[in-house]
Amino acid sequence: MIADFFAALFGVTLALILAPFLRTLINRTKARMAGRQGPPLLQPYWSLARLLRKGAVYSTTTTWMFRAGPVVTLATMFGALCLVPFGGNPALLHFEGDVLLMAYLLALGRFFTILAALDTGSSFEGMGANREAFFSALSEPALLLGVAGLGAITGSVSLSGIYGRLGNSAFLGSHLPAMIFILAAFVIVYLTENARIPVDDPTTHLELTMIHEVMVLDHCGVDLAFIEYAGALKLWALGLLITGIVFPVSTGSFWLDAGVSLASMAVLQICVGLVESLMARLKMGRVPLLLGIAFVMSTLWIMWVVR
Amino acid sequence: MTDQLVIALLFLVNLRMFATSRLDSLIRGVALQAFLLVCLAVVSREGALSWEGWTFLSVTGLVKCAVLPVMMTRALRSAGIRREVEPLVGYRVSLFIGLIVTGFSIWAAAQLPMPDGAADPLVVAAALISMITGLFLIVARRKAISQAIGYLAMENGVYVLAPALAVHGPLIVETGVLLDVFVGVFIMGVIILHIRQEFKHIDIDRLSELRD
Repeated sequence: MIADFFAALFGVTLALILAPFLRTLINRTKARMAGRQGPPLLQPYWSLARLLRKGAVYSTTTTWMFRAGPVVTLATMFGALCLVPFGGNPALLHFEGDVLLMAYLLALGRFFTILAALDTGSSFEGMGANREAFFSALSEPALLLGVAGLGAITGSVSLSGIYGRLGNSAFLGSHLPAMIFILAAFVIVYLTENARIPVDDPTTHLELTMIHEVMVLDHCGVDLAFIEYAGALKLWALGLLITGIVFPVSTGSFWLDAGVSLASMAVLQICVGLVESLMARLKMGRVPLLLGIAFVMSTLWIMWVVR
Repeated sequence: MTDQLVIALLFLVNLRMFATSRLDSLIRGVALQAFLLVCLAVVSREGALSWEGWTFLSVTGLVKCAVLPVMMTRALRSAGIRREVEPLVGYRVSLFIGLIVTGFSIWAAAQLPMPDGAADPLVVAAALISMITGLFLIVARRKAISQAIGYLAMENGVYVLAPALAVHGPLIVETGVLLDVFVGVFIMGVIILHIRQEFKHIDIDRLSELRD
């Protein structure tokens, strides 16, 4: 029990330290694909350090809501991170139905980001908030249904239980198609939730086409650092949901499990980078179709599980 | 396990055909559907195939996955269109109809009384969904070429249903059907080209306004 606790604590600490590095992996992959050298390896850390040293400027039209946004986003994302198991070990917090808590922590963070965006009174930010609310409303059912599928396969209703048991190869075999569908749905949800191509372009310079970036335009200094860091944690926490399916680890050796999880996380980020390099962004009107596909995929497991 | 995987991919390809607006990806979809159905015929069969079986299957595979798609692509290129812009049923709605139809075909396949020794109900479901996909494309799309593709998808479904129901000697019958389909698509390609040359478009509903 104590060993589990320290293993989980190690996982969370690792996430807190390494999460910004995931951006580096994505950016480096994109740079290599484009024939550039790319930013320095520790650039996300330098950016965070620089932002943390800066002061913040607040518009006079904003209220406390605007200042609460980044704090709540970071706090909820940390809470979600504590619920996701790392390397086959139970998470720091785990109980029956923690899946729902995780989904709603993500939703709460998003809700406050949206409120902060609306609080500025900028029409651009309102537009971004509008899109974020719409797309996340479509991606959330896909995530929940997918996790429900994993729960039905493994016979568990907590994330730690689900991902702890996925390492057992007995669930492969007849459940393989179901797992593939859930995985595909999760990948689409992952790209949507983290505002990556093909849903959103994190490097765009045109406010009219932004989704996530436009909502945080008015934040600066420490607030922006919080948002960036929360984004990195989200990349990590949701990434664990994917890598846990593709590389379910249960070798018994703690260090080996942790190593495999880290390596698979790196592979996932490189894949995200490859997607960004090889795909164009979807037209805004076609994004709901993509999320509809994610929803459909996350329902198809029923055929193989409930028979 | 392999057959389950093939069935899963088949469901996906069918949903893709429900949701895509690009005609070339629709053609690729129907070719992939045919390929998967041939794979399914191989893997879902117990015992080794005779050499006649292999010959029939490879001829079918060649015609359905290579010859017909190439013919369709050429018809597409000569007609000079790339996507179906205004379908009768929108693509998001189509996708959800596809989902409902998938559910329905699985339910229906489970209800059907099967002869002894027949295949997995999911194979029958895969056949049903392929047929329904074809039917849907014929009903809900305007371009003549989409409807021809729908016809092919329906034929693919029929093709997999016959071995699944363990009908005796289905391959010979199927080869005859294959010839018909081949000629059918050939004629359709020619007709599409002629419609295009005559009227500068291949929308079906506008043809109904023709007068003497």
